Amino acid sequence: MKAKVHVTLKQGVLDPQGKAVQHALAALGFTGVGDVRQGKFIELDIAEADPAKAKAQVEEMCRKLLANTVIENYAIDLEG
Amino acid sequence: MPAITPEIVAEHGLSPAEYERVLAIMGREPNITELGIFSVMWSEHCSYKSSKKWLKTLPTTAPWVICGPGENAGVVDIGDGQAAIFKMESHNHPSFIEPYQGAATGVGGILRDVFTMGARPVANLNALRFGAPEHAKTRHLVAGVVAGIGGYGNCVGVPTVGGEVEFHPSYNGNILVNAMTIGIADTDNIFYSEASGVGNPVVYVGSKTGRDGIHGATMASAEFSEDSEEKRPTVQVGDPFTEKLLIEACLELMATDAIVAIQDMGAAGLTSSSFEMASKGGLGVEIDLDAVPVRETGMTPYEIMLSESQERMLMVLEPGKEHIAKAVFDKWELDFSIIGRLTDTGRMVLTMGGATVADLPIDPLAQAAPEYDRPWTPGEKLPEVAAADVPERPWGEALLTLIGGPQGSSRRWVWEQYDHMVMGDTVGRPGGDAALVRIHGTKKGLAATSDVTPRYVAADAHQGGRQAVAEAWRNLTAVGATPLAITDNMNFGNPERPAIMGQFVEAIKGMGEACIALDFPVVSGNVSLYNETNGEAILPTPTIGAIGLMPDVEQSVGIGFAAPDQALVLIGAEGSWLGQSWYLAQVAGRAEGAPPPVDLAAERRNGDFVRGLIRAGQVSACHDVSDGGLLVAVAEMAMASGIGADVSVAGPHLHAALFGEDQARYVVATADAEAVLAAAAKAGVAARRLGATGGDALAVNGADEISVAALKKAHESWFPAYMA
Repeated sequence: MKAKVHVTLKQGVLDPQGKAVQHALAALGFTGVGDVRQGKFIELDIAEADPAKAKAQVEEMCRKLLANTVIENYAIDLEG
Repeated sequence: MPAITPEIVAEHGLSPAEYERVLAIMGREPNITELGIFSVMWSEHCSYKSSKKWLKTLPTTAPWVICGPGENAGVVDIGDGQAAIFKMESHNHPSFIEPYQGAATGVGGILRDVFTMGARPVANLNALRFGAPEHAKTRHLVAGVVAGIGGYGNCVGVPTVGGEVEFHPSYNGNILVNAMTIGIADTDNIFYSEASGVGNPVVYVGSKTGRDGIHGATMASAEFSEDSEEKRPTVQVGDPFTEKLLIEACLELMATDAIVAIQDMGAAGLTSSSFEMASKGGLGVEIDLDAVPVRETGMTPYEIMLSESQERMLMVLEPGKEHIAKAVFDKWELDFSIIGRLTDTGRMVLTMGGATVADLPIDPLAQAAPEYDRPWTPGEKLPEVAAADVPERPWGEALLTLIGGPQGSSRRWVWEQYDHMVMGDTVGRPGGDAALVRIHGTKKGLAATSDVTPRYVAADAHQGGRQAVAEAWRNLTAVGATPLAITDNMNFGNPERPAIMGQFVEAIKGMGEACIALDFPVVSGNVSLYNETNGEAILPTPTIGAIGLMPDVEQSVGIGFAAPDQALVLIGAEGSWLGQSWYLAQVAGRAEGAPPPVDLAAERRNGDFVRGLIRAGQVSACHDVSDGGLLVAVAEMAMASGIGADVSVAGPHLHAALFGEDQARYVVATADAEAVLAAAAKAGVAARRLGATGGDALAVNGADEISVAALKKAHESWFPAYMA
């Protein structure tokens, strides 16, 4: 089973990297771009076949390593 | 708008009595924004309500002090029309919650305190204290804090040149992150925070305001309970690249005459900066919150006023100079907004959407800030530990235990993550007694150190307070510098407990005595109280950050032996005191007893003598004797150079002579021991020939040698192995 994890900064947490991207886009002439927020996308191959168990496993991974839950949210999609 | 209930008042950290005072000042019930402002202005962090009575007793003046406590940072004259501006500040609670960002924003905040006064930051130091190494959270916290300090300091381009790292179980739930910045300014271009000029524009510059760290200032003054990890407020995130732009923009504008007053937005953000500026000037201020640059929609007045978004400054400009300032901040791509003006009403009036959202009197609020004379009890005197009652272990085994354990091992793993060379003026690098940074374009240097021995303070706060100041003075002296002044970062537990308040009071008394005896005034500082979890307080930790002046950096010496076949001379008394020593705790397993007493006259006499030797070129290496005693000091000198030594000690108790932590002592290496001993005799300073450098091993009384390579291996292994 494949797990796709999106890790994003929580609402309201400053995103210096997003700010830099926004700035760079403006400098390159892309007008009309408002706020930019960036995050990371992680794909995992999971041996567990049971979706509920797989989801629980990945959630544990998110809490312990993949996301800094003090400032980040995560969302998990399971495929296959 | 929410109604003000007793619960909301309590959540804002105000006692019922304090809230009564709020009602009296307002003449009506405050709204939530006003309550928030009272709450932060009367928090311990901003008002020093528990500590002020005692802080006022510290000596703060000297002929070279330009500005003492009360401003963003302390200012001392370093000659040639230049001043050093410096301060240390804690970021303890945020660093426990989110170690990377907490430590990073701690560095950012203390940098702003320094450049807001017109100084270019030239060096950072950090005093870090973590829980027991085996505690479940410690490794994660060490990794995050060190990375955060490096991440911010390295990106902003200011070298991190020194500091401390210590472990103790009392910090398990309350780590300490004390960050210090030193900057250099011209004495005729120093900026203060006192607002003046009715009608003058109040200007906001830097980054936009978000919902970061709302109520950080009140959080920093509240005791932790187990569930505070769940109630995490929005963490402040630092952006060092914006800070770098802010430094350059501020310094560029400061070269013009556009600025009347300036203050950084630190804890309690826009509230404390605007309030303090107006309060110091005896004026009022009107702020249009619609003009405040925000990065989120729907922010309430409460959120805008209490946000702790980073990289922001507030300034009062000369009328008609707004365009000059705007051009500078536009150039550096920073926000610039005129958000209000000074008034003669003595009131802070905030408007939003055309309506008044807060209106409170400034002076009464500042004047009526609570000030407590909290009850305190003196600490119990602990018995002295007799050396005869402490078992002797072979010195080699004991030495390896001390220099290879969590307390005594090399901190290379930490400081290697910090850029300590950027700006190109670092002369004395991490690992010595004090860091030394050349004053750019001159041959002069600033020496800097941070010191405190919390276990001594816990055992005897009075002697421990003296010792913290004396050790800082000694470390500056040991590189050859003239100590100038200190900044104190007072980290303690809950002051409402008389025993904790007693630690605070007695430590201050001891510090004050040492400051007077050593001509070493306090010019800035910070207080962090309520460092407790479930009623367990940290060891009392009055961290002393200190700077000294070196007239010629070429004259400075390091701790490493410069050459073989040099004589070693011990300046000061023989070792005798094992109470509270590393040896007693780590080798004999007994963390107990009275700490070594501090004889301030001997400190002064011995230190002045050693500094004279260094300046006269009579010594080639120098190290003060502190944690671990004489043999640890000599081992550190050997490891720093790769050159061995043989030292001779006598006396009834070899372990006390080698590992006693008696104060006011130094080890120096010299090519001419006779001259040093003769000078010492003349100056009335205790000194004796200790041994000689040479070979590649350390020996005591010519026997049982350990190779320097083996010492180094033990010394360098612990930290990387722990973090791996």
